[in-house]
Amino acid sequence: MISVENLSKIYGTTTVVDGVSLAIKRNSITAIVGTSGSGKSTLLRMINRLVEPSSGRVLIDGQDTRAEPAYLLRRRIGYVIQGHGLFPHRTVAENIATVPRLLKWEAPRIAARVRELLEVFQLEPARYADALPHQLSGGEQQRVGVARALAAEPGVLLMDEPFGALDPIIRDKAQEDLLAIQRRFGTTVVVVTHDMEEAFRLADHVAVMSAGKLLQYDRPAVLLRRPADAFVSRLTGLADRAIRLLSLVTAGEAALPGTTDGPTVAASVSLREALSELLWCGAQSARVVDADGAVRGQLTVEAILARGRP
Amino acid sequence: MPRAATLLRLAALALLVAFLVTPQSFAPLFAPLTQYGAPPIYDQGNLLTLALAQLGTVCIAAAASTVVAVGLGIIVTRESGAQFLPLSRTLVNIGQTFPPVAVLAVAVPLVGFGEKPTLIALFAYGLLPIFENTLVGLRTCPAAVLEAASGMGMSAPQRLLSVELPLAMPLILEGMRLSLVINVGTATIGSTVAAKGLGEVIIAGLLSSNTAFILQGGILTGLMAVLLYDALAAIERRLLRSVSMD
Repeated sequence: MISVENLSKIYGTTTVVDGVSLAIKRNSITAIVGTSGSGKSTLLRMINRLVEPSSGRVLIDGQDTRAEPAYLLRRRIGYVIQGHGLFPHRTVAENIATVPRLLKWEAPRIAARVRELLEVFQLEPARYADALPHQLSGGEQQRVGVARALAAEPGVLLMDEPFGALDPIIRDKAQEDLLAIQRRFGTTVVVVTHDMEEAFRLADHVAVMSAGKLLQYDRPAVLLRRPADAFVSRLTGLADRAIRLLSLVTAGEAALPGTTDGPTVAASVSLREALSELLWCGAQSARVVDADGAVRGQLTVEAILARGRP
Repeated sequence: MPRAATLLRLAALALLVAFLVTPQSFAPLFAPLTQYGAPPIYDQGNLLTLALAQLGTVCIAAAASTVVAVGLGIIVTRESGAQFLPLSRTLVNIGQTFPPVAVLAVAVPLVGFGEKPTLIALFAYGLLPIFENTLVGLRTCPAAVLEAASGMGMSAPQRLLSVELPLAMPLILEGMRLSLVINVGTATIGSTVAAKGLGEVIIAGLLSSNTAFILQGGILTGLMAVLLYDALAAIERRLLRSVSMD
């Protein structure tokens, strides 16, 4: 649990972050969104004290982050940035081992952890462990960046536009991986993004910032149905808010009892994709199946549309 | 091509070693340059000893320049030391613009004849390339890499030693190479204030109008400079390969 209490950052006469309070639940993913210059990155960087707050405080599991030197605090918090920032003179394995080494883990433990992470991130150890970062593709570099951040099993992972530099297909995969890894390690993730699509896909809670102030902090569906003000509704997408609502619910969650001979959709896809499939096939209802092929129920066009209402 | 270059290097090295170890075997080559039966090969000292002495002086001066220039470069690229940048630049520039001969003239009354004034002159002369290259190397470390290093929990000294300096190393080495090579040549003037070196041979040649002496002193110094430059460049290339960026 991270609690941000009345946090402000003032540079000269400019207030970049203005009295923000947030309570971030353990094992959840929180997205901080806003336009550029809204103070979202500064807010994130105050959590690991890359930026020192002007006033207010941050507690992680009840402990004030100022209780120890900043560099010791940061070893307990994972940090991923846009453009990965891998050390170009160190191999992939050495990059991943950075924080465990700083924490003076024993060599066999480091080697085992590096190996585990390479496998989790689908980077064949024999091929990648001794490669240098410039020999990797953009997507692979990004995965190594996340692996490095998770190496010392931090309870908290901070990500600043982590997928901003990736092309859409690799970004999609990276987001999927992040969700899987968050479930696997139970990490509390805070991610800054300007991409609402990404925020809605990843986050349990979304914090909307503008001009240093926190405008709204809520579940994505609440943000869409009851935006706090005109800025929030504009940022979250006034024109296609109904469609965005559909993207928050999976077919499995919305499936009704019964079956149909219409097209088949996977339980894991969103209602938005399910609706798209129905439109494409010109069908009125679809069968929802699990990953193992078992029928979970059915979905009708009306049932899907009902989910997109306020 | 690389093979030809290697052969040329080996030939230059062999020539240098042969000349230093058995100078008399080159006497017939230099004899036509002498007049009135003067000795064709320098006979007032051992060429090998002189060459090693000169190399030693240059290396000591370069080591001192490196420590000071890299140290200054590190200080002025820290947040707390940024205000010293203009001052450091001025000092280092003076070291380069002040002619080594003038430094010798100033230093001799202070520290006496011999090695010391030469070391001071070479030290001052060698600062600039190392300092400027250290500055560029440290300043061009990618911002994302530095942010990641801090974000991972490296303390400032850890970040400097394990990220910034390794990344700046190729440029620092290049500065050291320039400084060393300039000074191998410049060191010959040290002989005017009684420092041991091949400059002695050249000066003896000038005093006795012995072209053979002047030429062999010059050729040996030149060979040393070229070979040193080459060897250091090879080390740099090897380092650069492991630090290459995308």
